[in-house]
Amino acid sequence: MTDKFKFAMYWAGSCGGCEIAVLETKDKILELDANYDVVFWPVAADFKYKDVRAYDDGFIDVCLFNGCIRNSENEEIAHLLRQKSKVLVAFGACATMGGIPGLINETTAAELKELVYTKNPSIDNPEGIYPQEKLEVPEGELELPHLYDTVRTLDQTVAVDYYVPGCPPEAHQIAAVLDVVTAALKGEGELPPKGAVVGVAPKTCCDECKRVKEEKKISGFRRMWEFFPDPEKCLLEQGVVCMGPATRAGCGARCTNVGMPCRGCYGPPEGVVDQGAKMLSTLASIVDAPTPEEIAEITATLPDPVGTFYRFGLASSLLRRAKV
Amino acid sequence: MSDQFEPRLIGFLCRWCSYNGADLAGTSRMKYPPNLVPIKTNCSGRVDPTHIFKAFAEGADGVLIAGCHPGDCHYINGNYRTAGRFPLMKKMLEQLGLEPGRIRLEWVSAAEGDKFARVVTEFTEEVRALGPLGWNTRTPEEQADAGQASSDRVEEAVPA
Repeated sequence: MTDKFKFAMYWAGSCGGCEIAVLETKDKILELDANYDVVFWPVAADFKYKDVRAYDDGFIDVCLFNGCIRNSENEEIAHLLRQKSKVLVAFGACATMGGIPGLINETTAAELKELVYTKNPSIDNPEGIYPQEKLEVPEGELELPHLYDTVRTLDQTVAVDYYVPGCPPEAHQIAAVLDVVTAALKGEGELPPKGAVVGVAPKTCCDECKRVKEEKKISGFRRMWEFFPDPEKCLLEQGVVCMGPATRAGCGARCTNVGMPCRGCYGPPEGVVDQGAKMLSTLASIVDAPTPEEIAEITATLPDPVGTFYRFGLASSLLRRAKV
Repeated sequence: MSDQFEPRLIGFLCRWCSYNGADLAGTSRMKYPPNLVPIKTNCSGRVDPTHIFKAFAEGADGVLIAGCHPGDCHYINGNYRTAGRFPLMKKMLEQLGLEPGRIRLEWVSAAEGDKFARVVTEFTEEVRALGPLGWNTRTPEEQADAGQASSDRVEEAVPA
């Protein structure tokens, strides 16, 4: 081991896209190597949990933690990495808000298993074989982590120092965050205040979107496969449900600039508690119909408001999960 | 004191009509259940879905929004906004497993003290029949401190 700073990255309930996003920082990754020793990064380096357990508390200088808390293993490692890290960063939409896996909060783990292993039309499982948490084999007992009913964010599990939202976080934002932390570790700069959301811009996604915005009045909703949207005009004004108005800026509005509506992965902007509630308000307010009944008819055509407005944020929303 | 369930209801009342309607019910000595905690808002259109979600997340068993009759809004069209937003919000809450009877939108004018008393009575009975909501938004540890504290506060506001 050298006297370089210690870097760790971990994936809990996530897809692995955050790791790829770190690689997308391109030559910045060499700077990371110049300043840090990787001491734990399952996707890139061969360290085991037992290695991390052997470290002193606070040994890791920066830990980027991506993924939500989906099962008992995620939770255990979250606690472990909190104990071993000086700076713990909730990295990406899943760690900050629950992300796509957080949509399981609409239902339960039991229903999920039933769907995946029985009800799914492409599944043939006449014997009703389900994965078991414990299995006796001649060599001993095998154990799988326990799948939770409710997905939690990292900060609902352990104390978090910084948040970097995004699905995945944009490469230039990751680079900026690493620069700030590295400078602070070297004593050349100051760390942002604890709890800060870093690598973002203070406004909403709409502020970064280049499309022309006029008066927002829509008479119905359309989906992307139904028409060719005008390449210059605001997508929301064309009837596409775009989460831009209720989403934090920082990504450079990459989706809308190439013709896809914002899905809200950067989470609610500053000062907004609940992204879905704000988007609901926005949409219902721009529907242009003379009577409340007609507005209701139009908004009723949205098939899945929870999945649309809380695509990434159900686990961190006010209600957190469906009542079951 | 009886053992029956006393629902905790939150009422967002617009200051121009419904809050005065509630005042009229009071000054006219009308009797209605004490379960509703009134919150005065400038307009029913000001009631953000965030407020309603927060009420449920913090232990409310039901939420009432009351505003001026259509056409009577002090701000011309605030209550139209409320009415336009309400069905989508209700759909969203139902998708999350909320019984439709736990959320209600009513138009109550300043002269309708009797209607206010009737709405609160009906609503209380309806939610009483549904039973406690207990939205499980918190982990057991959090429920032990934060959740408990907030439901205690509501308990203080609603005399048993």
